[in-house]
Amino acid sequence: MLSSPVHELRNGALALAPLLVGVVPFGMIYGALALSQGLSPVAVLAMSTILFAGSAQFLFCQLLGAGAPLTVTVAEVGLLNLRHALYSAALAPRIAHLPRRWKLLLAYLLTDEAYAAIVQRQAADDTGPDRHWFYLGAGLALWSGWQLATAAGVWLGARLPAAWPLDFALPLTFIAIVVPLIRTRILLVVAGVAGVVALLTAGLPFKLGLLVAALAGMGVGWSLAGAMR
Amino acid sequence: MSVWLSMVLCGLLTFAIRLSFIAAEGRVALPPAFRRLLPFVPVATLTALIVPAVLMPHGVLWLAWDNARLFASVAAITIAAATRSVLWTLGGGFAVLGLWPG
Repeated sequence: MLSSPVHELRNGALALAPLLVGVVPFGMIYGALALSQGLSPVAVLAMSTILFAGSAQFLFCQLLGAGAPLTVTVAEVGLLNLRHALYSAALAPRIAHLPRRWKLLLAYLLTDEAYAAIVQRQAADDTGPDRHWFYLGAGLALWSGWQLATAAGVWLGARLPAAWPLDFALPLTFIAIVVPLIRTRILLVVAGVAGVVALLTAGLPFKLGLLVAALAGMGVGWSLAGAMR
Repeated sequence: MSVWLSMVLCGLLTFAIRLSFIAAEGRVALPPAFRRLLPFVPVATLTALIVPAVLMPHGVLWLAWDNARLFASVAAITIAAATRSVLWTLGGGFAVLGLWPG
């Protein structure tokens, strides 16, 4: 198959494109929500570049609104984004030969959506000397979509019709990402435990239930995987 | 100003997590116990976000026929399992949400 940087870049962007259906409404919701929490438009847009992590930006706004202390905010965002370490581990051997500037750039662009696009490609055929251009294409497509959606949210702000269930784009996008990841019985148990604990702890302040539920799920998976060896 | 400080710290931490294995590749071996934890992290954190958003959209458990989000999510999960297609999952989920009575 024909392989070139331009070709790979385009394919990466195309692989990411379907995810924008969920990401764009989600970005708009984030923009509007962040404004309503008292952030300046500049801060709202800056966060999309500085953090570039949708669910974490959402959480950040909720914690800001709840008046959470800085340490709690950083700890929760850190735990929520810990999953990116897995994505980093999956991508690492494939880009080990690249110069540092590529590694820094691809690390910055590494998100749930980019990872999903990369996994899809790995399942098919992930050879070719220019495959890092595919990763770049996927990452840049998401980055551009996210920035534009955020800007649209800031611009439209409260003018978005309240009847539009745009916030449902977040759970729906995550369902599309998580379900294909659940390939073993242990992972199914992990999801079950995390979900039930999240419901039980939803009343905790500062969204701490999210932290407890995620840790409970991970802990159960970790123990089960250990018991099976 | 503390908002900006908090934002920058969160951004740096997120970038450090994303860079972790990419930077360590071939140099540092991470503890096996941590590697064993990794496969469960995305499923655990994302499910912990999804479930309350679907079952407790207004802060209390809502298990009823008129919770359109619940049935839209069931449809989305089924479609995602069958097709592994993001587009179909999102399309099907939003379609059920829009068409669900109540």
